[in-house]
Amino acid sequence: MLKRKDLLGLIDATREEITEILDTADRMKRHLKAGEKNLSYLKGKTATILFYENSTRTRTSFELAAKYLGATVINIAAGSSSVAKGETLVDTGKTLDAQLNDFLVMRHPMGGAPYLLAKTVKAGVLNAGDGMNEHPTQALLDMLTMREHFGTLEGLKVAIVGDIKHSRVAKSNLFGLRAMGADVYMYAPETLIPKGIDKLGAKLCSSREEALENADVVMGLRIQLERQQAGNFPSLNEYAEFYGVNGRQLALAKPNAIVMHPGPVNRGVELTGKVIDHDKSRIEDQVFSGIAVRMAALYLLNEYREYTK
Amino acid sequence: MIIRNGKVVLKNSVEQKDILIANGKIAKIADSIPANGDKEIDAKGLYVFPGLIDMHVHLRDPGYEYKEDIESGSKAAVKGGFTQICCMPNTAPIMDNKVVVSYVKHRAQEVGLCKVHPIGAITKGEKGEQLADIGEMKKAGAVAISDDGVSVKSSRLMRLAMEYASGFGVKCLCHCEDKELVDGGVCNEGLSSTIAGLKGIPRAAEDICIARDIALAESLDVPVHICHVSTHSGVRLIRDAKRAGVKVTAETCPHYFAVTDEIITSFDTNTKVNPPIREEIDKQAILQGLKDGTLDCIVTDHAPHHINDKNVEYNQAAFGISGIETSFGFAVTYLYKTGVLSLNELADRMSYAPAKILGLDGGEIKEGGVADLTLADLDEKWVVDPANFISKGKNNPFKGMELSGVVKYTLVDGDVKYEA
Repeated sequence: MLKRKDLLGLIDATREEITEILDTADRMKRHLKAGEKNLSYLKGKTATILFYENSTRTRTSFELAAKYLGATVINIAAGSSSVAKGETLVDTGKTLDAQLNDFLVMRHPMGGAPYLLAKTVKAGVLNAGDGMNEHPTQALLDMLTMREHFGTLEGLKVAIVGDIKHSRVAKSNLFGLRAMGADVYMYAPETLIPKGIDKLGAKLCSSREEALENADVVMGLRIQLERQQAGNFPSLNEYAEFYGVNGRQLALAKPNAIVMHPGPVNRGVELTGKVIDHDKSRIEDQVFSGIAVRMAALYLLNEYREYTK
Repeated sequence: MIIRNGKVVLKNSVEQKDILIANGKIAKIADSIPANGDKEIDAKGLYVFPGLIDMHVHLRDPGYEYKEDIESGSKAAVKGGFTQICCMPNTAPIMDNKVVVSYVKHRAQEVGLCKVHPIGAITKGEKGEQLADIGEMKKAGAVAISDDGVSVKSSRLMRLAMEYASGFGVKCLCHCEDKELVDGGVCNEGLSSTIAGLKGIPRAAEDICIARDIALAESLDVPVHICHVSTHSGVRLIRDAKRAGVKVTAETCPHYFAVTDEIITSFDTNTKVNPPIREEIDKQAILQGLKDGTLDCIVTDHAPHHINDKNVEYNQAAFGISGIETSFGFAVTYLYKTGVLSLNELADRMSYAPAKILGLDGGEIKEGGVADLTLADLDEKWVVDPANFISKGKNNPFKGMELSGVVKYTLVDGDVKYEA
């Protein structure tokens, strides 16, 4: 049993916990593949999806996951502007608690916000991405996708290339993959590497080749246009030339390697179209894994809620 | 009043003495003073310090009385052992004119606990555009000027401020922060900011401004005081400048010499302070700087906030720690008990040095001197609990920390203003 009220990050997740989530996600996949989208594991439960940042993929993924499990789902698109003004997160949380929500799925532009919410509410909180901090279900779906392909995560070489500094995906993957015994190699412009990330177990590479050579997994990260405007690198063109992954670089990876990306992809920037559409690409599998992992997370948190009732 | 049997922390020694106080002054210090019918305090087992002086606090009055006011701040100060405090001008309205300076002085006298010395703004509205009425504020009782909370961005205006103020014998207390480099950061940039996924503030944001203000002081040959130093590199800049004869003085705060930035990863917004709590290398350099005198004094940067300013996302939370009631305990625990400072040095950093920097009466226990005294038990242990603070600001991240050193009496001009 996953003994957690909330799923806020993978920073303190153990190998056993991650394995349990991935195993449960496998089970959920079997349900879905059998066409069972009207499960009743969360029948009578309510989940509110609270997004203070725009998202289509993660929001719909959580929404469908909760619905497939039989929960009643409410969607609140709060928009980032309402963070600065209006109701505080603590007050919003108290309101949602009073409405008898069982689960709150939140995306928020500020690191640590889900911790504040979780501390405030009785409902179980699932972090759907908080600032530059974590995006645990994304890393879990990435690990699920990898495990399906390789059978294990132990000993895999995972190369993450792109904007590491602002990436909650990279950080959650680092924590999760390290817990599972994989090696995480990172490569990025110096301006987009967060201080001390190597002390958290990442291997910082001095060239793209070093990162990609013999990699089992090549993971691109979305580069936000605003990073270029803020001066982190001169142009998308130059970024693509020195930090993008094309077919030639992909050939450095192991023959059995896979390509991943949390999406949405800037075609021709972090990955070329050829790489995105390559038969090694697992980008669409990631989307399906996303639903299964989020179902698993909700299922397990619910199981523990019932147990501690 | 006679204070008997206390271990008196003199300028260069600690001696068991009796102290006779008359007319607010120290009339006599002797091995034994005959009873004269006055009230007596038995200070056996206590140390008698020159009244502590905190030259950097925020009293929030006028304008933000929901965070603190002159009365609550004064009460908290005397409980913390402080007999004199200097309050920063980032009030509402900003203390950039003689009217607000007079109000603060007048209100503090009405409250009548510790001495409160206003610090006027350097620029009107702390906007960094035009000089405030420095001469008039000084005449009304301001003891220094500062745009604390922000740096004066324009080097040209800062130069003029330092130059002009020096004509009045007024020092600039410089809050050193290059806002462009801060760029929205909320904590120190390093491993901890990466772990928490919070935007970091590099040391350079502080160092660049320290270097600039030292350069101005050197080129103009005027004194300058650097506020709340938090970086190891800032300590080095100040040490080098002092060696070269630049008239620079500097302060630091308990949270910079006692803890490191790992505490931010809990997302406790009470750890959010500006400049941010930094890393071990910085903490060690701050300790060394206090020991060798590079850092002249300890201030609290007491920054009380209402819970509404803190019970929000880390990015949204106000910067600042309510620290005036824990400062002495931090100093005793992390400086004296660890052997970093002797008692004489501790008294210097918390009383004599700030008095000297600002030209205040006090800072030393001597016959004929002002009877501002802090009596404390240095061995008594206590556990920090912000809920018990007198300050309205309960924003202190050190709940549960055990400290040594309890203030038993605070005397201002010979009157007991606080008794434990």
